Amino acid sequence: MPLFARLYNFARWLTGEDAAAEDLVQETYMKALKGFSGFRQGTNFRAWIYRILRNSFLTSRTGLKVSLSFDAEEDGVPEPATAETPETALLARLEQETIRRALEELPVKFREVILLCDLEEMSYQEIALTMGIPVGTVMSRLSRARKAMRELLTSTVQGGVR
Amino acid sequence: MSCQLGRDKLDAYVDESLPPEELALFEEHLHGCGECAREALSRLQMKRATRAAAASFAPSAEFRLRMEAQISKGSKPRLGKSWLPILVSACAVLVVVAVSTFVLLRPAAEQGVAELVDDHVATMASANPVDVISTDKHTVKPWFEGKLPFTFNLPELDNSPYILVGGKLVYFEHRPGAQLLYQLRKHRISVFLLRQEPGILPASSTTSTESKEGFSVESWTQANLRFVVISDAGPADVHALAELLRAAQAH
Repeated sequence: MPLFARLYNFARWLTGEDAAAEDLVQETYMKALKGFSGFRQGTNFRAWIYRILRNSFLTSRTGLKVSLSFDAEEDGVPEPATAETPETALLARLEQETIRRALEELPVKFREVILLCDLEEMSYQEIALTMGIPVGTVMSRLSRARKAMRELLTSTVQGGVR
Repeated sequence: MSCQLGRDKLDAYVDESLPPEELALFEEHLHGCGECAREALSRLQMKRATRAAAASFAPSAEFRLRMEAQISKGSKPRLGKSWLPILVSACAVLVVVAVSTFVLLRPAAEQGVAELVDDHVATMASANPVDVISTDKHTVKPWFEGKLPFTFNLPELDNSPYILVGGKLVYFEHRPGAQLLYQLRKHRISVFLLRQEPGILPASSTTSTESKEGFSVESWTQANLRFVVISDAGPADVHALAELLRAAQAH
């Protein structure tokens, strides 16, 4: 089960709980197997199975709450990046735990796009397939997500100094 | 940041998603723009730090065992027994994807056959080489029903030295196909059946027989299907089985 651990990690980040993540992974595999005939030839397997996991999450009880926030959609134009604090300086004061906490605080729609890009190292195209949105939206959402992440980290660091 | 080019391209640069021609231009720009260079460096560091921090959760040993037990035993499964072949296939896809990443530079045709040879070797090494075990073609063929977007005929082997061992679902270039396993004396022979599609393997209406790293390989296209027969048995033995398969499709 080579994707097992990766899917679990992603599920755990989405759900925020061990038991819910286990259920989600299990449901994902079950749906993937049932719907395997629907897996179109030539399509990307990884994006396909992540998409199943994501859709299963969005229709779950926890997911339904967060999916509401997807309604306000971006216009596909990347937001200008305005990082007041140089991240190099910021990073020097950050520990892994701080980054982890910031990720947890991010809205799910931002968290997942950062995870797919930075952790899973998916291409924009693959993320677009996984999330069922255009590539332009992936780029603008990623830009917003990173900006939100920077702001969270900056406020954490400044909060710590005060 | 004040640099417009940086605003537009930095994320894509850090995510290695700039097309080659833009990449060259942007790297040139980075040499002259201190702001973008600093920003690129810090974003790369941020990306790395995020990756390290995000790989936080591992499934518990208990959960892994529970899933594995469900798959292998099939006793009181929440997922059902039909799970196994597809999971195995899913693993196969990943292996193919991983392997293909490393062999992208090889010519497509050679790479395609080489991957199937690798699949054959992996099957030989496996404790569970097939998912449906039967010498009866009337058991093996129906097993693929609903799993493949095509159908095929298997030959009668009554008067031949070949014995059908079984079959399993395989994936080649993300497309499902069948792998059938035959036995001839001590040799095992894999027969791969894939739907012939542009780019999958070079189309060929003629039969080609070749030797690949000591394996005899015979391949041909028939009824829109691509057949590839692979074995460590001699070319003549492979060819004889190929003849039987060709005759069966013609029926």
